[in-house]
Amino acid sequence: MEQFLQQMVNGISLGSIYALIALGYTMVYGIIKLINFAHGDVYMIGAYIGFAATTYGHLGFFPALLLSMGLCSILGIVIEKVAYKPLRESSRIAVLITAIGVSLLLEYVMMFFVGAEVRSYPKVLTNKMFHIGNVVINTQQIYILFTAIILMILLQFIVQKTKTGKAMRAVSIDKDAAQLMGIKVDKTISYTFALGSALAGAAGILVGLYYNSIDPLMGIMPGLKAFVAAVFGGIGSIPGAMIGGLAIGIMETFVSGYGYSMYRDAAVFVFLILILLFKPSGLLGKNTREKV
Amino acid sequence: MLEIKNLNVHYGVIHAIKDISLTVNAGEIVTLIGANGAGKTTTLRTISGLKKATSGEILLEGKVITNLSAPEKVELGISQVPEGRRIFPAMSVFENLELGAFLRKDKAEIKKDMDHVFQLFPILYDRKKQLAGTLSGGEQQMLAMGRALMSRPRILLLDEPSMGLAPLLVREIFDIITDINSTGTTILLVEQNAHMALSIAHRAYVIENGQIVMSGTGEELAKSSEIQKAYLGGK
Repeated sequence: MEQFLQQMVNGISLGSIYALIALGYTMVYGIIKLINFAHGDVYMIGAYIGFAATTYGHLGFFPALLLSMGLCSILGIVIEKVAYKPLRESSRIAVLITAIGVSLLLEYVMMFFVGAEVRSYPKVLTNKMFHIGNVVINTQQIYILFTAIILMILLQFIVQKTKTGKAMRAVSIDKDAAQLMGIKVDKTISYTFALGSALAGAAGILVGLYYNSIDPLMGIMPGLKAFVAAVFGGIGSIPGAMIGGLAIGIMETFVSGYGYSMYRDAAVFVFLILILLFKPSGLLGKNTREKV
Repeated sequence: MLEIKNLNVHYGVIHAIKDISLTVNAGEIVTLIGANGAGKTTTLRTISGLKKATSGEILLEGKVITNLSAPEKVELGISQVPEGRRIFPAMSVFENLELGAFLRKDKAEIKKDMDHVFQLFPILYDRKKQLAGTLSGGEQQMLAMGRALMSRPRILLLDEPSMGLAPLLVREIFDIITDINSTGTTILLVEQNAHMALSIAHRAYVIENGQIVMSGTGEELAKSSEIQKAYLGGK
């Protein structure tokens, strides 16, 4: 039982990081129907920005978090403008291949500048352990969880209540109709990339704290897992991405916690195959019919 | 108010609109009737900025607006109710109406216009919290019209408002179109239902294969033997 609760705590911390990344996938997919494979690398760059800000800039956790979110949102806007916008009228496969190209570009440009070696994150947070019964929760996990929850609430508020959020939803439902309301589609797409990338930047710092180490290829695996989380939740659905992220995080920690850590990545992708076989629209996704 | 001069529109190599000219004066209801595929919707989409013209001019009160973007045209006072209504099904009725006023900042006036829309379409008030996708076809048409009115347009473009509706409802919708016009909104109405369209229009144009083949007052065209034969089911 204690083992179970402990894994649950670990799983929720990891899952909330996946959820933050998954949100970016799902929002971008919702609005331009693109699986943005470069998203995991934005998260990697967020981790490096956080690393530089805390190691060289001696910033604390929150300033570093905000800096990383800000710079990543700019990076997201630039990626969209440079790589995806010229392909707005092209086939989806062309954009998808471009996304993979952007992903490789970010990984290896980063490697060129910072080297391939793993770096360890500075200790920005005092690491206190809290014992509740025999379950251990540390400060980092609390920070991760609270940061993730606050960001998700903020995101829900932006998407549901603000004018920009309503424009984002309108564009994701029907671009032409949105334009007839006076909504500028390009601007709205930029906002979406900015928001998604800011969340990825936040996730980057959180993961640096959690695992203590970062490297230029760190975005690949969590990026793919967050993608699985987004598919599980129903791609295009924001609450779906949150639930999916938590589910994947918890699943992964349980698989490794009960002694099968060799299989934890495999488990996630087997799960993806099962979703695609039995519920391809995901938990909260809509079944859309292809228009002929 | 709205003037179209020698407009040409292409879809790739297909010449969809061939040298069309038409005028809508302030305060009028003008209808553009024609069969499926004649180019009615393309004409409206070009006016509203969703489709680019290859040549020709569109003028709004003397100002050339030919290939401005759709949002820019909304700002200038052109509002379109698109074919098939195109409401936002996953959003509430209220949110749909709010989006209609997207470019406006005058909160008090928006509220006033919203009340006006609820007055025109009381059923929308009853359903304002409901998701728009759960409305019936007629209610969705009303919502699409109400949403278009929320931008406080100078000219309202209506694309097939009768599509898929029961005859009684069509009557109701057309009465409301007349109401909207009587409060000062100029209307360009595209219809396949020539009978209904001609009955409320001040003037009308007939479009065939992308060309205007006839024009006149609503009454004149309703009486014309060619129109009777081609569009009104007469002999």
